[in-house]
Amino acid sequence: MKALRDIGLASGAAIVGAAVLVAVFAPLLVPHDPFAQDLSRRLLPPFWMEGAREGHLLGTDQLGRDYLSRLLYGARISMLIGIATTVASGLIGIALGVAGGFFGGRIDDAVLFAITARLSIPLILVALAVVSVVGSSLTVVVMTLGLLLWDRFAVVARVSTMQVRNLDFVAAAWAAGCSRSRIVLREILPNILSPLAVVATLEVALAILLEAALSFLGLGVPPPLPSWGLMIAEGKDYMFFSPWVIMIPGVALFVLVFGINLLGDGLRNLLRTGRVA
Amino acid sequence: MRGRAYRSAMLEFLARRLLVALLVCATVLTFAFALTRLGGDLAISIAGPNATAADIEQVRVAYGLDRPLPLQFLEWVGRAATGDFGQSYFFKEKVSKLIFDRLPITFALGLVGLSIALAVALPLGIVSALREGSWTDRAISIVALLGQAMPSFWLGLVLMITLGLHLGWLPISGTGSWEHFVMPGIVLAFSAIPALLRLTRSGMIDALASDYIRTARAKGLSRRSIVLKHAARNAAMPVVSIAAVQLGFMLGGSIVIETVFALHGVGFLAWESISKNDFPTVQAVVLLLACIYTLLTLGADLLNAVLDPRLRAS
Amino acid sequence: MSRLLEVEALEVSFGAASAVRGASLALDRGETLCLVGESGCGKSVTALAVMGLLARNASRGAARLSFDGQDLRGLDERGMSRLRGNRMAMIFQEPMTSLNPAYTVGSQMAEVMLRHRGGTRAAAMARAEDLLGRVRITSPAMRLGQYPHQLSGGLRQRVMIAMALMCDPELLIADEPTTALDVTVQAQILRLLLDLQKDLGLAMLLITHDLGVVARVAHRVAVMYAGEVVETAAAADLFARPTHPYTRGLLACVPVPGKVARGAALGSIAGVVPRLGPGFSGCGFRDRCGEATAACGGTIARASAGEGHDYLCRLPPGWRAGAGAAP
Repeated sequence: MKALRDIGLASGAAIVGAAVLVAVFAPLLVPHDPFAQDLSRRLLPPFWMEGAREGHLLGTDQLGRDYLSRLLYGARISMLIGIATTVASGLIGIALGVAGGFFGGRIDDAVLFAITARLSIPLILVALAVVSVVGSSLTVVVMTLGLLLWDRFAVVARVSTMQVRNLDFVAAAWAAGCSRSRIVLREILPNILSPLAVVATLEVALAILLEAALSFLGLGVPPPLPSWGLMIAEGKDYMFFSPWVIMIPGVALFVLVFGINLLGDGLRNLLRTGRVA
Repeated sequence: MRGRAYRSAMLEFLARRLLVALLVCATVLTFAFALTRLGGDLAISIAGPNATAADIEQVRVAYGLDRPLPLQFLEWVGRAATGDFGQSYFFKEKVSKLIFDRLPITFALGLVGLSIALAVALPLGIVSALREGSWTDRAISIVALLGQAMPSFWLGLVLMITLGLHLGWLPISGTGSWEHFVMPGIVLAFSAIPALLRLTRSGMIDALASDYIRTARAKGLSRRSIVLKHAARNAAMPVVSIAAVQLGFMLGGSIVIETVFALHGVGFLAWESISKNDFPTVQAVVLLLACIYTLLTLGADLLNAVLDPRLRAS
Repeated sequence: MSRLLEVEALEVSFGAASAVRGASLALDRGETLCLVGESGCGKSVTALAVMGLLARNASRGAARLSFDGQDLRGLDERGMSRLRGNRMAMIFQEPMTSLNPAYTVGSQMAEVMLRHRGGTRAAAMARAEDLLGRVRITSPAMRLGQYPHQLSGGLRQRVMIAMALMCDPELLIADEPTTALDVTVQAQILRLLLDLQKDLGLAMLLITHDLGVVARVAHRVAVMYAGEVVETAAAADLFARPTHPYTRGLLACVPVPGKVARGAALGSIAGVVPRLGPGFSGCGFRDRCGEATAACGGTIARASAGEGHDYLCRLPPGWRAGAGAAP
């Protein structure tokens, strides 16, 4: 059992590590320019199938662009959006949650109300609407998702703050005359970081999935950027004859999100018991 | 707290929840309205790319967009209260009729999805709890994690290719018969199974560790009776809440599935409205979905109250 | 004729931690045996082991474990479940949480009978009502339809007792049945148990840490310490001639009016209960015993202090303080 959990955490870390490396070093790793079209080489199958051509390990898409290169660049986009969104939503959510948990009373009621209201909003719909009205770009997607995905951060930050607020060392800090902001920054925040780290990991995965869905529907990252969701959308028309066009980016998405979830789960176990099992 | 005191406390709680629910709907109402006004001048988008300044002005007056914003808002709220959400810019029909026509499909999809999710998550969760710590338990957790990582639209496409095309078992799109709901239902279920499974598992583990289960074993009751009659009954309450919430998420998130499978439900309507800048419809759908979600969570709380035996006897 | 319950050299451990290192006891029909000891000595575990209710990670072994001649060691869960609630019943310490909050009192009682004896629900309910009256609950018919949260602790414990008696068991194991109750209610429950036993000819294994309870209800007593039964005797005999150093220490701790001089210090036993890790051998009491010698680290043989009275110690019966110095 313990071995299996160790494997889980290790695999998750490995997958995420690989994704980060690919994302950072993509320009050095790609065999071709991911945006270069070559209409004479459209829809070439990947190396394990008949009709594959040299130089295109994973084949080409409907515009003759090398799939492997687009896949690697897509990792950049996914990781970038995942992390940027999580940072944004994290800042909002943690601020709200800590405020509610620390001050209690009316402020807490307001925070809880905000969370409830946020939860009742249909996420994808609103994100789609915003992007369609404001215009689709990387920045818009990050900002929209960042402004929408803060709820889990807020919930966990609030509960953790409430728990920590009542502990003895906080009381000692009060007694020593520390100012409120000092207490929040020096006593409370460092002690709620662990559960928030777990939330952050899982939120990255969620952000990546949502961006993929938005791009799939055409209201996310604009073409010709190689977002995996967009690649699936573009390949949809050819999927019955050339299924790899949607299988490759789909599997990539799936593996990355699975890896992140494994990492998050492993982190949660690690922090809960102090050991991996 | 026994009997009457507990019941009045519960009623107070429910009343407060109802009030919050109403306030939330009001907030979302405002939010939905603001949402559609984000892109600046609506008249320009309605009039189209070829409109002249005069055309735009005409549109503005015709749609009441020349009046002050707060007034427009209040008008909309007032009419919305009576169920009149105005006229769709694109479909040339009343928005309420559009939504009404499509609602059954989305609901059917949601219910199919939830049923499949429960049919899978509940037994697996119970088995996981009974074999806590074993390989079976771990394998089931991994399956749940896999489900969580699956992009729903991609899963839909994959199912279409395998079950629809290669195996020819199910129709690929449209809403002809119940079979059309199977694949979309499966995809929807995937999103709800992980949460339901985890909750069932932990609820059962807690129930099985309780004193009254020890008593049940001491009475020599059959294993099935202990697990299903005694433990599951007590583990059921939080599952009911989460199931309602998941249904709410499913209804709100159906837009992706309906688009992939060409099911003409409310989600698909929202998608069309968004791409065609049909703002009255978009506003109405956002508000409606929020209200449904709120109603569902309220309903879940009510159901919990009903199931809680401490409120039953007189 | 075999004794109703025979347990010999019972051992129970949870992984590396040993909870019971060698418990032996025997019970006859119509007899009350009190299993006495402080918290953590393994008495509850012993009872659970007999009933087959141990947790999954527990390992149990015994030289002998039989109920009415039937060897319990070989019985699987199914076989045990046919005995439990039927011929051997158990009630627990916490009446507040031992009943399922989701079902009525009546249905929880009826299901025991329906499970083991079949028959109609009406018949089972009738028996439940009858038993509720037996345990001196007022308005038994109304109680059947009530939920556990509507009853007080004392009432719930009575319900537990009645529920245990549904199928007319021959053995009733009661694990500290009165500890969680008010003092006045305690006395009532004990009285009830005594009377029931007399009327129904029940054999009762009563687990307690309270010597006062022992004095009131026990025919025989087994004293347990650190996972072992260190002394067994008839109740009167135990109080008159306690032999094991632990038993003597225990009895010295109980202030008896008239026997203890005013102003005199209350008795106590110095030291703490040892931790029973793997490889622990010998007498568990030796670190706290005034008479301990090096030999106490080895296996202690069971000695006899008279008919039906044995104990686990090297010292001879009737020993005096300072006797330990002798080899």
